[in-house]
Amino acid sequence: MLHKPASPEKEDLAVPYKTRLGLQMFFFYASIYAGFVIINITKPILMEKTIIFGLNLAVVYGFGLIILSLIMALIYNYLCTKAEKAAKGEN
Amino acid sequence: MSALPVILFLFFVGLVLGLSFFFARKANSASGYFAAGGNIHWAVNGIAFAGDYLSAASFLGICGMIATLGYDGFLYSIGYLAGWIVALFVVAEPMKRLGKYTFADALDAKFNSRGIRLAASISTLIVSLFYLIPQMVGAGVLVTPLLGLPHAVGVIMVGAIVITIVATAGMTSTTYVQFLKGGLLIIFSTILVIALSARGLTTTPNKSYEFQVLVAEVGPEKVIVQDNDYEYLSQHETNGKIFIALSNAKESISWWKLETNENGEAILRESQYTSTKADGSKWINGALASDENQLLQVGNLSKIAGKSGPEADTGSVGIFEFLSLISDKDSTIQLWKKVNFEKDGENLTIYYPEQISGNLFMRPGQKFKVEGSFVDRIDFISLMLALFFGTAALPHILIRYYTVPDTASARKSTIVAIAAIGFFYILTLFMGLGAMVNGVLNPADGNMSAPLLAKSFGVFLFAVISAIAFATVLGTVSGLIVAASGAVAHDFMDMFLKIKMTDKEKVLAGKITAVIVGIIAVILGIIFEGMNVSFLVGWAFAVAASANLPAIIMVLFWEKTTSQGIVASISVGIVAALGIILLSPDMYVRYGLDSTSAPFSFSQPGLFSIPISFITLILVSLMTQKSKNVNRETSNL
Repeated sequence: MLHKPASPEKEDLAVPYKTRLGLQMFFFYASIYAGFVIINITKPILMEKTIIFGLNLAVVYGFGLIILSLIMALIYNYLCTKAEKAAKGEN
Repeated sequence: MSALPVILFLFFVGLVLGLSFFFARKANSASGYFAAGGNIHWAVNGIAFAGDYLSAASFLGICGMIATLGYDGFLYSIGYLAGWIVALFVVAEPMKRLGKYTFADALDAKFNSRGIRLAASISTLIVSLFYLIPQMVGAGVLVTPLLGLPHAVGVIMVGAIVITIVATAGMTSTTYVQFLKGGLLIIFSTILVIALSARGLTTTPNKSYEFQVLVAEVGPEKVIVQDNDYEYLSQHETNGKIFIALSNAKESISWWKLETNENGEAILRESQYTSTKADGSKWINGALASDENQLLQVGNLSKIAGKSGPEADTGSVGIFEFLSLISDKDSTIQLWKKVNFEKDGENLTIYYPEQISGNLFMRPGQKFKVEGSFVDRIDFISLMLALFFGTAALPHILIRYYTVPDTASARKSTIVAIAAIGFFYILTLFMGLGAMVNGVLNPADGNMSAPLLAKSFGVFLFAVISAIAFATVLGTVSGLIVAASGAVAHDFMDMFLKIKMTDKEKVLAGKITAVIVGIIAVILGIIFEGMNVSFLVGWAFAVAASANLPAIIMVLFWEKTTSQGIVASISVGIVAALGIILLSPDMYVRYGLDSTSAPFSFSQPGLFSIPISFITLILVSLMTQKSKNVNRETSNL
């Protein structure tokens, strides 16, 4: 049996750019996620502090991490799609 | 029992099976069976990702954990979702570019190594089985109240339906089942949260029974109750808590927890209990257990922002107000905990209420002791690490990258998944807290919190939510079994054993594996009855993150990675993660041993097993550079 992807596609010249961008965005998000963990183990009482709309930091940070992931995913997709179009132009 | 739940249940199961038979014709080729021919639209695949991911652990387990432990349950939601960032930014596109049917294809793309195939197929089987057990347990939990059938029947039923689905149509039908179920789960959970917000908060959600509080006097030998209806029988101290047995005029025995109230007076809080007598008979709250005599449903706020009784009723509230009122420092939540002990030959389990203020309940600390010892904090860090890195290493998630036509579709479907899953996880906080404050909790089993919350809004919502939850189990189990059968038929038989098979024979091998894995899952689902469904899934993440993720990351980003390094990393990751889990205090409790005698004092392995796996890969790869160069020169010749 041939060892190749189930659906072959053309060479993508935007790969190095997308890989670099993905790693940068990953480290950015990971640092914010790490912030959540660090606050919890060092100053857990801070999580009780009311931030906005009567919600405490634990809820705001938790919801924030979920919403941030979607915003970053959309930005990533926009930049990747733009790079892919530019790369196709070069092709 | 109402006929509606049964009709809706049969409708959903019929729909799922109908889809399977409809798509059966697409599953003749290996590509069709294992990867749906790579033709699924990214939007459908994205919702199917959500369907795969929002398993029994998410819907039943997380909601149940939030309902019984507060914010700590929501940590799972945060971690599970954050894991998709690793999947999107690091893994999605390269996995799609390099793979074919399984993640082992991507790992092995540069090496053509039989060792990698063997290690990857073993790790896929282990992770899939870890993930399968709670799904099967969840099926049993659902079927009991929905259809009035025993746990084992529910598990066997899921096994039989899933084997039929997977053995007929493979990944295509699994994808559409997941799409349908993922979509419906999100829609009906949203309806449930809107209904919850419209109902508002009250301190007396359960009108049928109010648990009593008695004033008492602690004497030197016994507790004197200031209520002539009750007579002191005995007392028992366990874990620093004192429980008092009283008998009433009908000579029925009840158990109470001794406490001191804010005025310094001794009070007794009415508890519930189950007991198993020497003759094996099971008793609940002083009478024989039966369909009519079950534990009473519990869970309520005893104060809302300092108020109690009718003046505390809020009426309809906004979603933020709902959360802020529960997290208020002047709100008090009545949580139900349990303790086991033996007394006079009886095996007793006491379910007792405990008061906790809202500000403490709505931040980490009830399950994961973030203010506790160093070891307690290790458990918390380990869990957050395993959840973050586990998603991108789950075999049944990774195979879904091969069902779409190209890398852009893989990326876009991940983003749809993040949107759908993220939205659902925000809902879990409301559903869990809603179950906690609405008097619907079964104190013996938190897994049914979300469906029982739905039941408090009427049988229709309960029936729909339960049927969707059952379909959730069906879909996730199907996905896991396809992943396991791919690992055996493609990675193990074809690539490792080098058995020459035609495309059709390969599909047949996959289907036979699906049947065998399905039967094993049914047996395990029956054995593990009563286990918390989120618990084992957390471990499945830890094993996946330790065994698979270091290999995936390093093969993508470190040129010196060798096939020997990958094999060693996967093997060490599995052994380290499983070793810590099996020798942890939590498992010692399950073995019936003293938890303090466990060799490890923590239960979450990620903080140690993930770095150990990374280090092993680096060291072994550096030691085997020579063989890599020799291989490269040979292939150049």
